[in-house]
Amino acid sequence: MKATTLQKMKEAGEIFMPGHRACIGCGEVLAMRQVCKALGKDIIIVNATGCMEIISSPFPTTNWMVPWVHALFENNAAVASGIEAGLEMMKRKGRGPAQEVTVVAMGGDGATFDIGIQALSGALERGHNFIYVCFDNEGYMNTGIQRTSATPYGATTTTSPHGKNSIGQTTEKKDMPLIALAHHIPYVATMSPSYPTDLARKVKKAKEIKGPAFLHVFSVCPTGWGSNPELAIELGRLAVETGLFPLGECVYGKYDLTRQVKELRPIRDYFKHQRRFRHLPDDIIDQIQERVRDRYEEVKRKCGIGGRRAGDPPAP
Amino acid sequence: MSTRVGAEGSFAVADAVRLADVDVVPAYPITPQTHVVERISEMIADGDLDAKFIYVESEHSAMSACLGAAAVGARTFTSTAGQGLELMHEVLYLVSSMRLPVVMAVADRALSGPLNVWGDHSDAMATRDCGWIQYFAENAQEVHDLTLCAFRIAEDPAVLFPVMVHMDGFHVSHVVEPYFRFEPEEITAFLPPINFPLPLDPNRPVTMGAFAPPAVYSECRKAQEVALRSTKDRIAAVWQEFGDRYGRLYKPIETYRTEDADTILVAIGSFNQMAAVAVDSLRAAGQKVGLVRLRLWRPFPLQEFRQAVRPAKNLLVFERALSYGGTVGPVCSEVKAALYRQKHAPAVMNFIGGLGGRDMSPKQFEAMFQRGQEILNNNLDIEYETIGIRE
Repeated sequence: MKATTLQKMKEAGEIFMPGHRACIGCGEVLAMRQVCKALGKDIIIVNATGCMEIISSPFPTTNWMVPWVHALFENNAAVASGIEAGLEMMKRKGRGPAQEVTVVAMGGDGATFDIGIQALSGALERGHNFIYVCFDNEGYMNTGIQRTSATPYGATTTTSPHGKNSIGQTTEKKDMPLIALAHHIPYVATMSPSYPTDLARKVKKAKEIKGPAFLHVFSVCPTGWGSNPELAIELGRLAVETGLFPLGECVYGKYDLTRQVKELRPIRDYFKHQRRFRHLPDDIIDQIQERVRDRYEEVKRKCGIGGRRAGDPPAP
Repeated sequence: MSTRVGAEGSFAVADAVRLADVDVVPAYPITPQTHVVERISEMIADGDLDAKFIYVESEHSAMSACLGAAAVGARTFTSTAGQGLELMHEVLYLVSSMRLPVVMAVADRALSGPLNVWGDHSDAMATRDCGWIQYFAENAQEVHDLTLCAFRIAEDPAVLFPVMVHMDGFHVSHVVEPYFRFEPEEITAFLPPINFPLPLDPNRPVTMGAFAPPAVYSECRKAQEVALRSTKDRIAAVWQEFGDRYGRLYKPIETYRTEDADTILVAIGSFNQMAAVAVDSLRAAGQKVGLVRLRLWRPFPLQEFRQAVRPAKNLLVFERALSYGGTVGPVCSEVKAALYRQKHAPAVMNFIGGLGGRDMSPKQFEAMFQRGQEILNNNLDIEYETIGIRE
C-alpha cells in the first residue's frame, strides 16, 4: 500500500520544476514539491512573500507550471478569497476554466502565524472553498533567521539571541492548528515531508472536502536551525517521534492522531543536531521535555486514545 | 430609456455597479462609503445583481480579494473612504503594477487624527502615486456616469489599469439629488462583457507577481509609467463616446467662463459647484474670472491643463488637503510644476479649505478671488493661506 502511494507520487508529473534557488537540504521546498504533486495541475496557487516565493520567481524566470500569483506577505488568504469567489461567479455566468479548480494559498510561519493571521482568520471564517498550506520552519528565515511566534521556546535566532540575560526565544510556540480549528472549519491536518504518504493522503482529503482546509507542514530549515543539510528528513522524523510535532488531523471536529508514537523519544535526540538549541542548560531542557510530554498527552486525549490531564497521577 | 430618480450619490454608484453586472464585490464598511455597500448588498439579496459580496475583515483584505478576483478575470468592484483607503495603500500598488482592471469608488474622507469621518481630499492625495487612474465626480449624475465609464476604461485592452472614481464624502455620497439612471439595455453596447487577456487559468498557466532584481526593476517601473501616461487619450475617447451616445460629455479638464478671464480658479471635486456660483456673481459684477475643474487627476492631463489656464494672469488653486511641511498643497504643487518654464505662466496662489467636512459657501469663494488677486497683484510673499481657520 505504502509503495503504491509513493509510486504514484513518483509518477505524478512535476508542477514545481527544478532549478529553484532553495538552500541545500531545505525541508520546506521538499514539502512544497510533495504537496504540489498531491494537488495535481488543476490548481491556482497564491504564494505569500517568503523563502518559497523568492526562490521560485526571479523575473523573468519561474519554476511554476501552474497558475501562480504572489502579492504580499500578509494577504495570501485574502487574495485566495477573491480568486475563489471570482471563479465561482464566472462559472455561474458561463465563463472561466471549465474544470474544477482548487485554490491553494501557501505561506511560511511568518506569513501565517504573524503578519497574515488576520487575513487568514477572515478567509477561514467566511468559509471559502480553499486550502491553506503553512510551511512552518519556525522563523523568518528569508530575512535572516529572526524569531516568529512559531519559534520554539529556547531557540536562538538573530532577534532572540541567547546571552547573559536571555535563554533565547522566551515565548511558547503559538498553537496554529487549534487557532484554525476555532473557526469550525471542516479540515485541519499536521504533516511532514518525512512522512510523504501521510502528507499526500491529507492533501488529497483537503482537496476533496468542500470548505476551508488548513494544512500545517513541518519544514526543517538547516540554514536557520544550524543543522546538517543531510539530516532534513531525519530531523522531521525526530520531531514526530519526540512528540514535538504530532501528526494528526481533525475532520469535521473529530480528532485523529494519524501517527501514534507509543514511546516518545527524548527531545535531546532532536535538540542535539541543532545549533539553535545548543546553549540550553540541562534544567531548561528538562522543563521543555516535561511540557512536550504534557502536550502530547493532551493531544492523545483529544483523539480519544487515553492521555492524562495535567495534575493526573503518573501512568503506572 | 433612462429614468430620472432622486437618490444619494452612493445609490448612483450602486446602480452603476448593478448595470455593469459586476461579478465580485469585496468590501469593508466605512463611513461615508457605507451606503454604497449596503445598497449593493440589498441588490444581491433581492436578486437584482448576480454578484458575490465578500464580507472581508478589513480594507487591506478587500483590495487583496479584488486583486485575486480580477486576476482570474472577474469584473471586480469595491468602495472605501479615508482610513480604509490608507489601509489598502500597499495593495493599491500591486493591483496597478499587475495591470488589473479593478474599479473602486472612493467617498473621500479626512484622515485621522483627530478622527474625522467627514469629507476632504487627504485620502485621494495620499494615493496619487499608486499607479491608478484617478478622477473626480462632482454630483450624483457624474458619479453614476463615471462609475460606468470606469469599467469600460479599466478593461480596455489598451488601458488595463485600475480606476478610482472619487466623490466627496457626504457632499456627494449622502446628498439626495435627481439623476438619470440608465436601463440595462441602454448600456450593453457601451459596456461589453469583461475579457481579461491573461487570467490565472490552469489551462494557460502564468506566473504573476514575480520579484524583480535591480537588473529589471527599473524597466518594470518605467514600462508601467509609460503605459499609465498613454491611457489619457483612451480615457478621453471613452468619455467622448459616452457623450456621443448619451449626451453628457466629460473631459480631463473642464472650463467654466474662462474665455477672457484674467483670474482663474483651479479646483477639484464637488466644491467646484460652489465656485461656479461665485464665478457667476463676480462676472455679473464685471470681473473677468473663470473656473478650471480638474476632473482627471491621474494621469495628469498636462497639455490640456496648460491650454485651459493660458488666458489667466493670476491662477488661484483651491484644494481640500494639506501637505505637512511642504511648500503648498498637493494639487497646487502639481499645478506649479505643470507651469514651470512655461512662457507667460500665470502667478499662482494656493488656498486650502474644506478640511474634515467644513463647508465652503459661494461667498467664501468670492472672498477667495478678492484675496488671491490682492496677494498676486501686490506680489506678496505668501505661498498659501487656509480658509476660515480660527487662529
